[in-house]
Amino acid sequence: MANKVHVETTLNGEAVEFLCEPRQSLLEVLRDVLGFTGTKEGCLTGDCGACSVILDGRISCSCLVLGVEAQGKNIQTVEGLAQADKLHPLQQKFLEHAALQCGICTPGFLVAAKALLDRNPNPTEHEVRYGLAGNLCRCTGYDKIVRAVLDAAAVMQGR
Amino acid sequence: MHAITYESPKSLAQALSLLSATGEKGRLLAGGTDLLIQMRAGVRKPEQLIDAKSIPELQVLSFNSQDGLRVGAAVPCCRLIEDPAVRQHYPGLVEAAGLIGSVQIQSRCSLGGNLCNGSPAADTTPALIALGAVCHVASSKGTRTVAVEDFVVSPGRTVLQADELLVEFRIPAPKPHSADCYQRFIPRNEMDIAVVGVGAAVTLNGDTCTAARISLGAVAPTPLFAKEAGASLVGKPLNESTIAAAAALAQQIAVPITDMRGTAEYRKHMVGVLTRRVLTTAAERARAK
Repeated sequence: MANKVHVETTLNGEAVEFLCEPRQSLLEVLRDVLGFTGTKEGCLTGDCGACSVILDGRISCSCLVLGVEAQGKNIQTVEGLAQADKLHPLQQKFLEHAALQCGICTPGFLVAAKALLDRNPNPTEHEVRYGLAGNLCRCTGYDKIVRAVLDAAAVMQGR
Repeated sequence: MHAITYESPKSLAQALSLLSATGEKGRLLAGGTDLLIQMRAGVRKPEQLIDAKSIPELQVLSFNSQDGLRVGAAVPCCRLIEDPAVRQHYPGLVEAAGLIGSVQIQSRCSLGGNLCNGSPAADTTPALIALGAVCHVASSKGTRTVAVEDFVVSPGRTVLQADELLVEFRIPAPKPHSADCYQRFIPRNEMDIAVVGVGAAVTLNGDTCTAARISLGAVAPTPLFAKEAGASLVGKPLNESTIAAAAALAQQIAVPITDMRGTAEYRKHMVGVLTRRVLTTAAERARAK
């Protein structure tokens, strides 16, 4: 067994510490060490976006980040979107627009859409499509997802 | 992935001492968007990763109108793309950095990683060559500079010795009425690897071109500096015929392969098309300044 490293980080606003091997990805740590299984494994090559998390305010593929790199960082995952029993507007709009089918890509889309709206609260359709180009859905196509994000943005802007 | 050790040095001196101790067994980790994939696939097998992201010298991003732009090797492309001075003075570099992968990838990937990965199809390398960027390299024994066009020696291999690391890029200050441009061809809008990429930077004095640099990606084992193509424009107006002549010279040095992204013949054709387009756009930008 390789030596494990002690890492202290902030996950969805709460201080967390864990032990991991240096070769383990942040994705592996989230799912298998910390039990945060909302973040999904897809391609493991940074192409599909299913493992997207927000790392210090930047959307990133957690399969391309080592767990040890999380030291001192601020991580947001899909588990941090809803507040108690109240869904995040993005989650609510994904439901209303039926913007999912099998659901594997959905957490990545939600987190990527959150990161997009954090930086650009009022995006155009074009900006949403480019902003979510790193997230692949193999079931529904993207139209409902794009409409859900635009609708969520409108609601969050009070429109 | 095989077992590794991980170090996150907080100073350049500390990083260089780690590197001189590990030699061939160590490798710098910047964004990891190529390296971690290669390690999972068994293509690269470093025993120690030395995280470049906490080394202050590798996170420098600064511009002034005398010295130009300094970009630390590990600066993530998202910072570069968002920087107002970079956007204003080096639009071609912004175009190239903005074409790498998705927003997720741009949060992590860096110019230094893109170059040290040594891919012939790296998008930012032609853009840096066009701008005349110079690499500052350090080891525990000293420092040296290498022009970007001389950095990659074959696919995946660079001039870096085992104890050296790439610290930063220095990009000359833009001259009056100068501008750059980078374009690549891919068969879709986003998320693909260049079939062909071409960068250009031109300087104008009135209607006359006083300097021009052209660079090519994905059409040879390494990114290419099309020196003669650029030199052919100096002293001439940038018009359809001079641009076409430069594009023909650029095509001459392209030695592409045929693969699933395109045939050699098609790539060579696209070198001509893209060289004309980037020169035309760079000239328009330079005139507008």
